[in-house]
Amino acid sequence: MQSFLKPHRIVLIALALAAVAAAVVWGRWEWLGESKYQILILKGIWLSIWLTTVTMVVGMCLAIPIGLAQAVGPWYLALPARIYCTIIRGTPLLMQIWLLYYGLGSLFPGTWVQKSDLWPLLRQAWPYAVVALSLSVAGYEGEVMRGAFRGVPHGQLEAAKAMGMPRFTLFRRIWLPQALNRVLPTIGGETVLQLKSTPLVSTITIMEIYAVAGRIRQDTFIVYEPLFLLAIIYMAIAGLIVFMFRWLESRTPQRTA
Amino acid sequence: MKKIVLSALAVMAFGTLAQAEPLKIGVAAEPYPPFTAPDANGNWVGWEVDFMIAICAEAKLECVITPTAWDGIIPALTSGQIDVIMSSMSITAEREKTIDFSDKYYATPISMIANKGAVGSPDVAGLTGKILGIQVSTSQEAYAQKYFADAVAETKTYQTQDEVNQDLAAGRIDAMLMDALPGADFLKSEAGMACCELVGSVADDVEILGNGTGFGLRKGDPLKDTLNAAIKAIRDNGTYDAITKQYFDFDIYGAVN
Repeated sequence: MQSFLKPHRIVLIALALAAVAAAVVWGRWEWLGESKYQILILKGIWLSIWLTTVTMVVGMCLAIPIGLAQAVGPWYLALPARIYCTIIRGTPLLMQIWLLYYGLGSLFPGTWVQKSDLWPLLRQAWPYAVVALSLSVAGYEGEVMRGAFRGVPHGQLEAAKAMGMPRFTLFRRIWLPQALNRVLPTIGGETVLQLKSTPLVSTITIMEIYAVAGRIRQDTFIVYEPLFLLAIIYMAIAGLIVFMFRWLESRTPQRTA
Repeated sequence: MKKIVLSALAVMAFGTLAQAEPLKIGVAAEPYPPFTAPDANGNWVGWEVDFMIAICAEAKLECVITPTAWDGIIPALTSGQIDVIMSSMSITAEREKTIDFSDKYYATPISMIANKGAVGSPDVAGLTGKILGIQVSTSQEAYAQKYFADAVAETKTYQTQDEVNQDLAAGRIDAMLMDALPGADFLKSEAGMACCELVGSVADDVEILGNGTGFGLRKGDPLKDTLNAAIKAIRDNGTYDAITKQYFDFDIYGAVN
């Protein structure tokens, strides 16, 4: 506790408390009492967390083969993986989301898609959001994983080979865990960034927490208070993610080679 | 030399002070033909633009069009970034809590437009179990919340009317509510003809729709009287009808109060 309460921290905490107190005293918060907004806010928070989690998991599952292909794959796998990462990382995520949602959507009218069994699913917005956000994660983390796979000391892999370990077992037990271990802090940071990318899907009718705040602002003409609440919610979720990754890091042994 | 520069600067400064600032007319940046839309050269054209030119000439005001995002147009007015909202904004009691309105300058009904054969009638019975799309913060949204919220399977809100049109054409929503005039234009477009039909006008509700469209002004702005006088003048001298004839084959003023 003594080490935590440094003078600069005390000043910052006091400033934060003053800002919160000012917002509570002078702001207009009556909308927080309305049950229709409470339900929307809770649903929105859940949707933001859900989108972040699902797209990070799906994206990482894609990023591992993409990173591996780039790190050690033959050229006919490495080249497409490299091109994919370049395109995803070189274009705005908002554009990718819109191309998927409105671009694909404009191709549907009058085709077999609208009569197929998949249409009730493809009609909704969330599948496009999940796909776009996951592809984005795959692109960025594919690059991260490329470095991670290359960074595992060669001696580790050769030792495993010398012991007669099969290739897949070597990958599962030696290579992947050590690679993931190295980039865990990076992935933690990218998860926070991913959380803050989710508001982009509010533009394709998904009512996550950012869209909910926008809705409240437009309904009530109260400009700043919903944004203030939004900031607190995002900081809380981001804090949760940071703590989770700290815990994960503390559980994994840090010795390499 | 320095003195000359300084005095020149002073003249410039006082010169601009002496000259009245042009009136900044806020128009939603999103095209809304045939009222406000940029042409191929980026100039704003449409009924509302011609109407504004006539009003400003009548009231001897210098006016400049200032495109502003629709969802932030009321805050832009109250914070002084624009002086007048002229963007087919319906006069509603809810908005009048925050801003003032001039007298109405046109009034049109709300159309329900749907995928061919999807909706039988423009009422609760027709919409039961359907997905409805609306542009956010419009009278149509207020109307849908009041009458259709319980009947529909889902209400999807969009930032611009263009996005509602695209999702209706893509079949992701069954029906949309929109202003009758741009609605007629959509139905004449290629996408509109292919997918959709006019179901009809929704039943009138003075509380939500009855007041027509007016200029939005800051509370207590004396400009209100100037604009009201100008609207009356060009209604009386035939300029209003002359402009309307160029765009519509019927009177868009609605009932004379």
